[in-house]
Amino acid sequence: MSITQVAFILISAITLGSALAMVTSRTVFVAALWMVAAFVGVAALYILLEAGFLAAIQLLIYAGGIAVLILFAIMLTPRVMQPMEGLSRFNDQWMFVAAVSAFLFAGLWALAIRTDWPVNLQRVTGDNIFLLGRGFMTQYLLPFEVTSILLLVALVGAIVIARD
Amino acid sequence: MPDIPLSWYLIVASALFCIGLFGALSRRNAIGILMGIEVMLNAVNINLVAFWRYITPQALTGQVFVIVSITVAAAEAAVGLALILAIFRSRDTVNIEDVHLMKW
Repeated sequence: MSITQVAFILISAITLGSALAMVTSRTVFVAALWMVAAFVGVAALYILLEAGFLAAIQLLIYAGGIAVLILFAIMLTPRVMQPMEGLSRFNDQWMFVAAVSAFLFAGLWALAIRTDWPVNLQRVTGDNIFLLGRGFMTQYLLPFEVTSILLLVALVGAIVIARD
Repeated sequence: MPDIPLSWYLIVASALFCIGLFGALSRRNAIGILMGIEVMLNAVNINLVAFWRYITPQALTGQVFVIVSITVAAAEAAVGLALILAIFRSRDTVNIEDVHLMKW
């Protein structure tokens, strides 16, 4: 087993373990901290996949922005910090949901292993970030603009909804 | 990189997706549900990057798709948290089972 495989298994274990701790932890605050750990693990997976720019974006937006947003919302709702008294952290259907999730995972596993993927292991040539930036200004200009409009609309909408 | 098979990434991504699905469908707390959805989106992004690297490394489409998807996730988190804050202000709860205003 090579060193990259060991690194992959370690990173995946950390990511999946953090995600499991996130969905099972009692308080939302602790869950949010585990979520940050899972996001950092995903960023490490991006680095293994030679997508350095996406790893940086992942750290900035998910582990930075979205995590701070969620922690902020938790702090703004006073009684969220404590677990709800007399209530489980899961709703009544959690066993059914767990069974469905496990079944879905088994199905996806079988699919991923059995499919014959047309793998093309070419080296990534050239400056990835440079190509990406040029792509956004030429070939992918429309998705870029649509995304920025979506972001603007979401920003205005969030302010309008959250305001008194 | 080449000694890791593509299916490993797909399996990790599907495990992450299923964990997020479980969190989104089983938590009582609205913020917990939102966190589950974020983890599901992350799992999909891993798949997109893995397919880009292993199947079409010359084209940029996979990375562009991931950037768009991350932006949509950020927008979704902002609007979702604003909704949760509005619900908390008017109903004084974040337990999603107490919020059945639009249920028959």
